[in-house]
Amino acid sequence: MRLQAHKASGITTRSERKKRFRFSGTGALYWMALPGILFFLIFHYLPMLGVIIAFKNYNFADGIFGSPWAGFDNFEFFFTSPDLFRVTYNTLFLNVLFIGIGTFVSVLTAILLSEIRSRIAARTFQTFIFFPYFISWIVVSLFLGTFLATDKGIINHLLAALGFAKVEFMSRPGLWPAILVIVHLWKSTGYGVVIYLAAITGINPEYYEAARIDGANRLQQVTRILLPQLRPTILVLLILAVGRIFYGDFGMIYALVGDNGQLYSTTDVIDTYVFRSMRTFGDMGMTSAIGLYQSLMGFIMIVAANWVSKKLSDEDKGVLY
Amino acid sequence: MIEHKTAGYRLFQTFNYLFFASIGVCCLVPFLIVLGSSFESESVLRDQGFSLIPSQFTTFSYETVFRLNAITQSFLVSAAVTVIGTLAALFVTGLLAYPLAQREMKFRGAILGYVLVTMLFSGGLVPWYILITKYLHLKDTLWVLILPYLVNPFNMFVLKSFFETLPREIIESARIDGASHMRIFRSIVIPLSAPGLATIALFYALSYWNDWWLSLNFIESDRLVPVQLLLKKMISNLTFISSQVDTSQFIQVPSNGVQMATTIISIGPIILVYPYVQRYFVKGLTIGSVKG
Repeated sequence: MRLQAHKASGITTRSERKKRFRFSGTGALYWMALPGILFFLIFHYLPMLGVIIAFKNYNFADGIFGSPWAGFDNFEFFFTSPDLFRVTYNTLFLNVLFIGIGTFVSVLTAILLSEIRSRIAARTFQTFIFFPYFISWIVVSLFLGTFLATDKGIINHLLAALGFAKVEFMSRPGLWPAILVIVHLWKSTGYGVVIYLAAITGINPEYYEAARIDGANRLQQVTRILLPQLRPTILVLLILAVGRIFYGDFGMIYALVGDNGQLYSTTDVIDTYVFRSMRTFGDMGMTSAIGLYQSLMGFIMIVAANWVSKKLSDEDKGVLY
Repeated sequence: MIEHKTAGYRLFQTFNYLFFASIGVCCLVPFLIVLGSSFESESVLRDQGFSLIPSQFTTFSYETVFRLNAITQSFLVSAAVTVIGTLAALFVTGLLAYPLAQREMKFRGAILGYVLVTMLFSGGLVPWYILITKYLHLKDTLWVLILPYLVNPFNMFVLKSFFETLPREIIESARIDGASHMRIFRSIVIPLSAPGLATIALFYALSYWNDWWLSLNFIESDRLVPVQLLLKKMISNLTFISSQVDTSQFIQVPSNGVQMATTIISIGPIILVYPYVQRYFVKGLTIGSVKG
């Protein structure tokens, strides 16, 4: 009786409200989100707490909390070693090449592809260009091997046929930044083209119409309309990439270079270095210190990149937050 | 768009077609070389190198692949991880993306921030490795190949954007009719979101199938080696073998050919579905890049 009276008057008891919140009301939303929230807690936030390993003399038996403190010893070791400069330089240098050349080639290819009138041809070309994106780095490394192998590789076959000497690619570190850029372009251009092409197709055709009436030729339409319209998309992708500039592409480098020490001078990046130090030296404290250094630098880059994007877009919100 | 009939523009068009035809060839040639080589006889592969068109056509490499238990086992592991992983990831990601697309959720902003932070900052490899091996005891289990990729923040944001495009009136009227959110999710949102879910499923399936980072770190048992790690091992071992060819026991096995054939089979599923699913990828990437 009382309950009915409450209901009729639109008032709910506390326990009733609680019940509704839990199962059928808004509360259900939190229950639904719970597995995902737990996932991030376990696999992302717990490891963040684990950065204290960087300040410890870690041993497996005592675990994270039992191991003795080491102060800044782990950092001192890495920061005084010549490896710090080398791996940081390689990471930044390769990423700058990837971002710069990659963006330029993707934008150019997308513009050229948008000039292909036949829809079937355009779709076919896009299918081909996008295809390498779906191939794993391991398979790419096998592909690369067919070209670069010293005795049986296609490039050396061609060189021999033309009367040139063989090139031992696996022991020529100087060639590898170029090789990596080419492989990067081969694998990732399609991805960029898809995104830029979508942005190009989204441009209002009336702009072109107006420009044409004003006597602009096709090239002028590209430089005066298409590129400015594409600018926001380019900036977003550029800023996201710059935010990750301290992270080397482990999957790529380790698949293509692996444990070939002869190539480390130009190809060893922070991520491969961290992996190797953990695996071969097993020095968790020092490796963790390098990881923390990378995370902090990466974080600074992201905040900076976001700040720049905020300034460039004149909005109160950057690309990320 | 507008047709330009000037001679210069027509010349440009011709070059453009030629340009893309050659780029298309470049994108496919490595694959075709490995495809051709997988049907080539081992002696030719060993002595002369790779061939686009096999000079001594044979399916021996493939026959060997299917006889080698280690390889078939690897394909089973990869298939299991991809199927179970994709379904599980889709489920958990969907369950997280749906509430975050509802405006009535109070702590929505906080939870979005909670997810975003994981994209910006990480504890690094070592704590993650120690957590999984020492505290979660997941080393050498099938789960370690699945759980760490269960929710990809990028995919979650893509799916959330997709859910936000569904007409709000449908969900609101179902709420008024007394349906719970779980029920709305099951009976309304999932059926309406088939294209979005398909996109995300493909992203997950591709990353599970192509992954070798998890197995490289956490798999030592031969029974659980997925196909990408197996290939990695084959590639490293073959260079080892070719440097000391006389270890005669490997000569019987067409190691070059097996490597090629395994590679082709590992790309097989991708090639088969690629033409049909490409547009979903394009859609997902486009949504993702716009919404960040």
